[in-house]
Amino acid sequence: MSKAQVSLRNKDILGLETMSADEMDLILDTAKEMKNIIDRDIKKAPTLRGKAIVNLFFENSTRTRTSFELAGKYLGADVINISTSSSSVTKGESLRDTLLTVEAMGVDIIVMRHEAEGSSQYAANAVKPVIINAGDGAHEHPTQGLLDMFTIKQYKGKIAGLKVAIVGDILHSRVARSNIWGLQKMGAEVHLAGPQTLLPRDIEKIGVKVHNRVEAALDQADVVNVLRIQRERQQKGLFPSAREYARLFGVNADRLALAKPDALLMHPGPMNRGLEIAPDIAYGEQSAIQEQVKNGLAIRMALLFLVLMGGTRIETAN
Amino acid sequence: MKLLIKGGRIINPAENMDTIGDILIEAGKITAIGQNLNAGEAQIIDAAGLVVAPGLVDMHVHLREPGLEAKEDIASGTRAAAAGGFTTIACMPNTKPVVDNSIIVSGIMQRGQTEGVVNVKVIGALSKGLEGKELAEIGDMIQAGAVAISDDGGHLDSTCLLKTGLEYTGMFDRPVITHSEDEELAGEGFMHEGAVSAMLGIKGRPSVAEDIAVARDIMLAEYTGASLHIAHVSSKGAVELIRKAKERGVKVTAEATPHHLTLTDEELRSFNTAFKVNPPLRSADHVEALIAGLKDGTIDAIATDHAPHAFEEKDVEFRYAPSGFAGLETALGVILTGLYHTGRLSLMEVIRKMSVAPAKILGVASGDLKVGAPADIAIIDTEYKWSVDCIKFYTRGKHSPFEGRNLKGKSLITIVNGSIIMQNGEVLR
Repeated sequence: MSKAQVSLRNKDILGLETMSADEMDLILDTAKEMKNIIDRDIKKAPTLRGKAIVNLFFENSTRTRTSFELAGKYLGADVINISTSSSSVTKGESLRDTLLTVEAMGVDIIVMRHEAEGSSQYAANAVKPVIINAGDGAHEHPTQGLLDMFTIKQYKGKIAGLKVAIVGDILHSRVARSNIWGLQKMGAEVHLAGPQTLLPRDIEKIGVKVHNRVEAALDQADVVNVLRIQRERQQKGLFPSAREYARLFGVNADRLALAKPDALLMHPGPMNRGLEIAPDIAYGEQSAIQEQVKNGLAIRMALLFLVLMGGTRIETAN
Repeated sequence: MKLLIKGGRIINPAENMDTIGDILIEAGKITAIGQNLNAGEAQIIDAAGLVVAPGLVDMHVHLREPGLEAKEDIASGTRAAAAGGFTTIACMPNTKPVVDNSIIVSGIMQRGQTEGVVNVKVIGALSKGLEGKELAEIGDMIQAGAVAISDDGGHLDSTCLLKTGLEYTGMFDRPVITHSEDEELAGEGFMHEGAVSAMLGIKGRPSVAEDIAVARDIMLAEYTGASLHIAHVSSKGAVELIRKAKERGVKVTAEATPHHLTLTDEELRSFNTAFKVNPPLRSADHVEALIAGLKDGTIDAIATDHAPHAFEEKDVEFRYAPSGFAGLETALGVILTGLYHTGRLSLMEVIRKMSVAPAKILGVASGDLKVGAPADIAIIDTEYKWSVDCIKFYTRGKHSPFEGRNLKGKSLITIVNGSIIMQNGEVLR
């Protein structure tokens, strides 16, 4: 099958586990063209004029919500944000009723973030509008996985054959899971590193290599993706202290030097500088962290475009 | 009124009987079992090609009455039982209020007779209010008719209280039934911990939480000499611990559920709350160990853990859904399809583990086809093909992990105390 004939198979974007390499390629290619729009003086494209997008966020988010909002607006769609504090959720309304209410207003896409794993699947089963998963618990965060791959491809020209190290709290990370699925399908070799208490049991059964020593994961790596450590994990006693975590598992200049000289340093944000990542490298020469944010916007524009315009390549719209 | 069941394959595990014959029922009791019985004006049931078995016994049912009638009540739950071929069920005490005194035990037994269509036995709570702090009036409840004592619904954290409860209940020669899962290890999890939970990002309930609890419970049973029954065994470690304990002569019995015997944690990939249950559905190696335990007698009985919830309670995000689902109407079909038709378990063993074996653990006389016994009978077509449609259930719990499955085998007629109460899937009362 040639690339030009590829389209998205499913109505919804729930995760990268269920997405094929061809589909991911299509999204990455489309995002490349979308990125040009971001750099324009006048950023509006009329492509999604008359379409309505609701950002339904049950968890706090700044960058993902803003990114989806701008992505929709740059493409001319109407975008509304609903967060828990302003919705009927606090009144005890069920997720189904909230979704049905949003659906009844004629929206085309619901971008949903929710603390419970599988909630976007639930939404996709419950209502007709396209559901884009903006993070469901510790399950998946597909747009983050896609933007990470887009960033890798931008700097490395490819994904296949690269050694990608993902370091930190894998257990609670939807970013890690979407990255693992996406990168493996695109042919990368994925290494995970972190304290045993933050690594899911049996995760090696899905084809990744698992290390407790960060040094082993970083050795000759092409990409180092550092995950956020959530402070509440420490309160649960999964590691002894922030200090010890930073010393044993934090990515710093010395450890980064074990990776290839041109290795790319990434972080999905928000960062705890000085904890999982040393301040001097966070915005250092190898860091792609700012670029990741920009790429996130391009990826989300591409996805909104593809799911609403019949999932075909952008060329067909011209 | 007389009833004559003619020409069926009579399977009565209590006496290892497997023969073609007739059963005559008069005034609610079995009055003759034999060949070519004749009874003049009796109503005749032609059972040629069908299996005539003792009415099934389910020792683990949540009838939800009193207090939780949105999920189930005695009327709906016993009709579900009848539809599934069960003639005797024992209900768990985690109701509102809790079944922790003799008045509630008597009340449920009485309502079982007036509202129910099958025999209802009552299991009393071990601790007052199921709070795990002090003993409920166990002796009083047993004298009122409670057949066993259990804090099922959750794990009994206090090792001290379980020791006391076993010692105390042991005086009355009744078993204590435990839900064995270490709460501290399992309590925050929603599914089996393993490769699938790693993929889904759902917090796991590790199998070792069950192993540890079963080990503790067995040690206490061994130490006190009291009878212990372990509910819904699901881990291979637990099976092995029970096997070894039985070899040592510990008074321990165990049950497994149709879902733990036939489903794995792979099902959770759909995030369908109909698969959410405690203990959780486990990986295939655990299922295999469970079936092996069933075959070699380590697992004595099959029980449903019928735990219905109102539709809207289950129709939420996976994490927030209550655990458990309906089981009475699918149990026989699931076991026949998954274990009998696949050659894993003989028909004699299937029926034994679903009738006389649980009856013996509870110390009730059900599950035996013999002259003079109440005529509680299930007439089963082992070849009957049907598919599960939750909407048609008699139970109020409209969630089942077997929804949409094609099954082979069903009870076509259920007879309780000599009266036909279910025929061809329809409960007549």
